[in-house]
Amino acid sequence: MEYSLFILIAPFFLFLVLGLLGMKMQPKVAGIIGTAGMGLCAICAYAVAYQYFFQTGKAGEEWQQLIPVNFEWLRFTEYLHIDLGILLDPISVMMLAVITTVSLMVHIYSLGYMHGETGFQRYYALLSLFSFSMLGLVVATNIFQMYIFWELVGVSSYSLIGFYYTKPSAVSASKKAFIVTRFADLGFLIGILILSYYTKTFDFGTLTANHAELVTNSFAGGTFMGLSLATWALALIFMGGAGKSAMFPLHIWLPDAMEGPTPVSALIHAATMVVAGVFLVARLFPVYFFAAPDVLTLIAYVGTFTALFAAIIAITQTDIKRVLAFSTISQIAYMMVALGVSDYGGHDGLGYMASMFHLFTHAFFKALLFLGAGSVIHAVHSNEMSQMGNLRKYMPVTNITFAIACLAIAGIPPFSGFFSKDEILAAAFHNHPLIFWTLWAVAGLTAFYMWRLYYCIFWNGNKTYSEHHKPHESPWTMAVPLIILAVFSVFSGLIPFAGFISSDNMPFHTHIDWLVASLSIGIGVTGIAVATVLYLRKSNRPAEIAQSLGGLYRAALHKFYLDEIWMWFTQTVIFKYICMPIAWFDRHIIDGAMNGLAWTTQKSADSVKGLQSGQVQFYAWVFVAGSVLIAVLVLFL
Amino acid sequence: MNILSLFVAVPIVMIVFLFLSKGMKQIRAIMVTGASALLVLAATLTVLFLKERTASPDAEMLFVSSISWFAPLNIAYSVGVDGISIAMLALASIIVFTGVFSSWNMDMAKEYFLWYCLLSVGVFGFFISIDLFTMFMFYEIALIPMYLLIGLWGTGKKEYSAMKLTLMLMGGSAFLLLGIVGIYYTSGHASMNLLDIANHLHIPYEHQRWIFPATFLGFGVLGALFPFHTWSPDGHASAPTAVSMLHAGVLMKLGGYGCFRVAIYLMPEAAHELGWIFLILTGISVVYGAFSAVVQTDLKYINAYSSVSHCGLVLFAILMLNRTAMTGAVMQMLSHGLMTALFFALIGLIYGRTHTRDIREMGGLMKIMPFASVCYVIAGLASLGLPGLSGFVAEMTIFIGSFQNADTFHRVLTIIACCSIVITAVYILRTVGKILYGPVQNEHHLHLTDAAWYERVSAAGLIVAIAAMGLYPSGVSGMISRSVIPIMEKLAGI
Repeated sequence: MEYSLFILIAPFFLFLVLGLLGMKMQPKVAGIIGTAGMGLCAICAYAVAYQYFFQTGKAGEEWQQLIPVNFEWLRFTEYLHIDLGILLDPISVMMLAVITTVSLMVHIYSLGYMHGETGFQRYYALLSLFSFSMLGLVVATNIFQMYIFWELVGVSSYSLIGFYYTKPSAVSASKKAFIVTRFADLGFLIGILILSYYTKTFDFGTLTANHAELVTNSFAGGTFMGLSLATWALALIFMGGAGKSAMFPLHIWLPDAMEGPTPVSALIHAATMVVAGVFLVARLFPVYFFAAPDVLTLIAYVGTFTALFAAIIAITQTDIKRVLAFSTISQIAYMMVALGVSDYGGHDGLGYMASMFHLFTHAFFKALLFLGAGSVIHAVHSNEMSQMGNLRKYMPVTNITFAIACLAIAGIPPFSGFFSKDEILAAAFHNHPLIFWTLWAVAGLTAFYMWRLYYCIFWNGNKTYSEHHKPHESPWTMAVPLIILAVFSVFSGLIPFAGFISSDNMPFHTHIDWLVASLSIGIGVTGIAVATVLYLRKSNRPAEIAQSLGGLYRAALHKFYLDEIWMWFTQTVIFKYICMPIAWFDRHIIDGAMNGLAWTTQKSADSVKGLQSGQVQFYAWVFVAGSVLIAVLVLFL
Repeated sequence: MNILSLFVAVPIVMIVFLFLSKGMKQIRAIMVTGASALLVLAATLTVLFLKERTASPDAEMLFVSSISWFAPLNIAYSVGVDGISIAMLALASIIVFTGVFSSWNMDMAKEYFLWYCLLSVGVFGFFISIDLFTMFMFYEIALIPMYLLIGLWGTGKKEYSAMKLTLMLMGGSAFLLLGIVGIYYTSGHASMNLLDIANHLHIPYEHQRWIFPATFLGFGVLGALFPFHTWSPDGHASAPTAVSMLHAGVLMKLGGYGCFRVAIYLMPEAAHELGWIFLILTGISVVYGAFSAVVQTDLKYINAYSSVSHCGLVLFAILMLNRTAMTGAVMQMLSHGLMTALFFALIGLIYGRTHTRDIREMGGLMKIMPFASVCYVIAGLASLGLPGLSGFVAEMTIFIGSFQNADTFHRVLTIIACCSIVITAVYILRTVGKILYGPVQNEHHLHLTDAAWYERVSAAGLIVAIAAMGLYPSGVSGMISRSVIPIMEKLAGI
């Protein structure tokens, strides 16, 4: 399966071509080249997926790890070296298919959405760079390769968030995204340093083999502050994942990242890059499970809290992209929780499977939601809910596809989200009641805020629009991806995922736990019903409820003031109390000492230079006086 | 003539031609030809070196030759190279080459380039020498032209800066001279040759205890060792573009190279015993420089403090005394040389047009000068360690290498040094965000032109080198790593 290399080479090549020669091309040509290239890439990924899942992937019953390409890129020590290669196993192949699909949809969609923007060529070049980095990340054969591509997706995300670089808010959002995730990556890097020092390898295959035997053995006994070093290493690696996947409290960059063009939010900040953290934990799952179960528990609780926290904020937001951003945070947290509560092997590993399953379905319906939102924004030229309403009459395709996605995310059968979310809840049900009931409540909140969003855009009174700004359905380049993604959002839940993906790579069977399913459907329907009552028609009731909640509502509206805390921390603590004093110290103390030295030298030179006056009488006088002094000294001592 | 001597001979020939030249055209022709010749020479030498290396794998240095020129003190003109010197020679020739294009329109061009060539003589001579005294002589040759280049062609407080830079570096060389004399006499005053001293003679430990700090400090001042780094911000800020490039790109590397080649190679016992003192200082340099850079408002100051941080990492890695970290140190020298030269080239370009280096007075340059701005972003990304560019491979080699020292002291320092990757991101993105992005700050900037062709040559050349190293690091890393072995053997022997 060496041709899988093409999946990586193609986008990189596109990036070079569009980046270097893009300015010489017509924008349209650049867009078409980019899209066609991504199309080829997607076809290739499907071929790989087909071949893997239906022909070569299984050895006996077990899914195996295939490494068609691998070469040494940089050697550090006798044992440690960075390899670049392609690792094919169920989760990476699944990710290849997801990434190329969503990326292709976004490429097509952007032909319409970004039409006429300055920097169209740059946009496509950066999309290619992102696709390359993301694909490289998921097929990484070793943790350092993953780190390399991890940084690359970070930078492509930075450049795309800041795509409208003349807009100060976009610039600061991109900066924030990069710095927050960089901070998290510091943890990732230190984690890698610790892990690789003890295990003497970066290789995923070696790390996870035989129930992560290598890790459990090589860390024997080392502790730091009461926790084993393995726990530290894996917790720090999770910190990197938490940064990228926007787990509390490192989530603050994601809502701001919505400053980027909407298709970018769909691709990077909903479907692919933000799940990299989940993917990382899944990739190292046996290591977490056997060497640091404490960290998995931590992951479960961090995820649960984040899911609830983000859902509460999402209810209050009025910018449609921010609602979706918080919903993304909440849904990714679901995936994290699923990994956190999962056991290893067979049906016990349900959580692992559910996490990947939700990642898969979420990619489609969340990308659809973002692209739908983009279509709306394209029509009304605003992100604010108050500027929308009644749009179902003007935008039928967007309306229907958006509704499908909302049903999917609300977990209504037979839409895809139901199946994956149900598995997550089932995984948490037996052993973790607190987590289960929290997630269950969050499912209700999710259904509620998504349908609030839907009604506020497409229903909610008879808003009329002025004649020359009449909203209209988007062009086919934008409508077609919506329809395709809607089809995926409906049917992707029917895939028997457990047959393909499992924690120990052995296929198993799942069945719907009807107790959990009815609980989850119940809460989902309730959420939708409440939203229908409140938002189907325009009324004052939502405002009254918000009023009655008082402080809680205001806190949620301001995202619990975390952005303010971040501003205070960077501007006041880092800038004013650390950097300024250091710079002052450098100028006045360190440099002052150097200047002082020079000054002293000069002054002492000044004070003795009078001796060299050139007056012979003075010299003679000193000569005589000196001779007398010496004579006296010699005589009397 | 030995091929290595050509590196010194070519700039000298250039000086002669410059004396005879008339008019700007001739001067430029001489400079471009000469600099290209140096570039070709470096490339040829690399190829020859790799060939010769496979032919004689055991030799420590290749192309060795020696001519005695002051027999009573055993001073000889001895040259020889290993992988590390090759890397440094290549770096120097790239920067000398691009520097010529960055000083395309200079006042008093003839005099300027005369000093420029003399500076190159010093730099190249230093890297090929393996005789302590000759090395020191070339070191001094490189320092003196700096004073005039900054003092005459500089901007701002140029006299003050030139004086400060020269005096502080001279102070460093006083220690250095002391160290060299110490090495010569305590090793039995038989030879000034590095290889002879290292392999056949021995400096007793009680003498190493004072010679090592003197030598390390002497070179360390040039490598911007905290707290002797303050010449760097003022010096860079006042220096003309190409001089900043050469200075930060190559001259500061003399410090790291010297620490490596003289201080640690000849006195491994002392390095092992006393290294921790300097390790703390360099650890401070790394984060301290980065934090200082965050609040600067002058582009050159930002870059100068960033150099303090990055060069601190070089010395830091050298003192980790293991093969990976030392390899990383040399890679970091290369990487920092290239990217900082690119930075200074672009800052010069921007300053030449906007007449300000204050980041608060600029904005939205991306729209006005797209080429220069994109190059600036690339330089920034290299500096904050983006994979695919040179900074990443160098820093990662250093961090992995440093972490192999398993005791808590080294661990903690390594983790502190790692933190610099976040702070670097802060000041780089702050600068880029302020000057390149956002709305145009000053109406007068709207009609400014993008980079001229000679400036494009300079920037593109450096970017190609940065990307080449970042994409294919194993060539450089392998060559360097092999040359570290002799030092590792000496360290293992104690």
